[in-house]
Amino acid sequence: MLTKRIIPCLDIKDGRTVKGVNFINIRDAGDPVELGEAYARQGADELVFLDISATNENRKTFVKLVKEIASHVNIPFTVGGGISSVEDVAPLLEAGADKVSINSAAVKNPDLIDQLSKAFGSQFVVLAIDARKIDNQWIVHTHGGSKPTDKKLFSWAKEGQERGAGELLFTSMDHDGTKQGFAIDPLAKLNELLNIPVIASGGAGTQKDFLEAFVLGKADAALAATLFHFGELTIKELKDYLLQSGVPIRNVNA
Amino acid sequence: MKVAIIKYNAGNIRSVAFAMERLKVDYSITDHEEEIRKADKIIFPGVGEASTTMQYLKYKKLDQVIINLKQPVLGICLGMQLMCAFSEENNTPCLGIFKESVKFFIPKNKEKIPHMGWNSLAQTKGWLPAELTHQFVYFVHSYYVPVNAHTTAITEYVQPFSAAMKQKNFYAVQFHPEKSALAGEIILSSFLNIPS
Repeated sequence: MLTKRIIPCLDIKDGRTVKGVNFINIRDAGDPVELGEAYARQGADELVFLDISATNENRKTFVKLVKEIASHVNIPFTVGGGISSVEDVAPLLEAGADKVSINSAAVKNPDLIDQLSKAFGSQFVVLAIDARKIDNQWIVHTHGGSKPTDKKLFSWAKEGQERGAGELLFTSMDHDGTKQGFAIDPLAKLNELLNIPVIASGGAGTQKDFLEAFVLGKADAALAATLFHFGELTIKELKDYLLQSGVPIRNVNA
Repeated sequence: MKVAIIKYNAGNIRSVAFAMERLKVDYSITDHEEEIRKADKIIFPGVGEASTTMQYLKYKKLDQVIINLKQPVLGICLGMQLMCAFSEENNTPCLGIFKESVKFFIPKNKEKIPHMGWNSLAQTKGWLPAELTHQFVYFVHSYYVPVNAHTTAITEYVQPFSAAMKQKNFYAVQFHPEKSALAGEIILSSFLNIPS
């Protein structure tokens, strides 16, 4: 049976993880490669690495890092942050990334989705959408959720799928950082609307939040960052809980 | 032991190479006929589209090289599909090592296509260790090979399909062992341990 995926997300700046990570058995909490390996050992199903540095010089550091991750980590991983062209993506895939996520650049230039899926295949292209509810409408935001656009979540998600995105990563800016649970209603609606996998993001605070994202939100995967980084919830605890709750989950007996 | 990873326009060659490094295996990525023929084991990776990939293999004359190999050959994902006779993906005649046809998943119950993520293996036999039954491996594919006489592991999505196959010296997996954590490493090791 196809299982629901649990995905830790790591923010990277200048080749290092940004937020401190509170892990036992880690020599260097800032080293993304070591962290990625640790998460893979704990049973993470996939990883996401977001490059939040802005300069071209830092991009080169990031490509080098992607190669290091690919050589050490034996589960699939997505890289994103600052990707705006086919030329940006080629070195990342060459370095061993399994997927790339695009966000603001796709809103600005939707044709980028077509170009990337045509050049590398749909399965490489994750469309990330940050949205916030304004006047009862889910409005797409860019630049880390700070800039509202004229796009609506559901029509943009559908357009993204039609243009060739292979997966959708939906972050509710209203829920992100609150630890009050994922945005269940829009998740369920996205799942109904799309036939590509949907990753839930933003709001994870407890095990039950994941259960609701999967059962009520019908999400195919759920992503979280700080919750895992600070050891508030381990991947193993979460997976044990979800299994006991009847969710199809890849069990890792490590 | 020397492993040759067949070099062509596939997406996951680098990942397969990294997996060989993690297993501390000597490998080369090559499209040279001699180098491929001399290797002890061959890996035929694959992520991409069937028709353009077959065109490329024919252009490089790698199609004839592959079908005439005598040592163990492992096809991965698209590599497995190209080992079949025909693919519904752009109606492409393939290598014909397995006589099956590759079919497109038609959802029965709103299943999403592609089949993406971790799914379990059942009825593993032959070259796949029995301990792998019920283990999870990572899949990304929209086309599948039906269960047939050469199937050595079954996975269910929409319906049961071939997760792995074997015929003579040709081995094939639909999933990505190079991305399947410990289970994937066990599978790659058991292929690499097959006597040449």
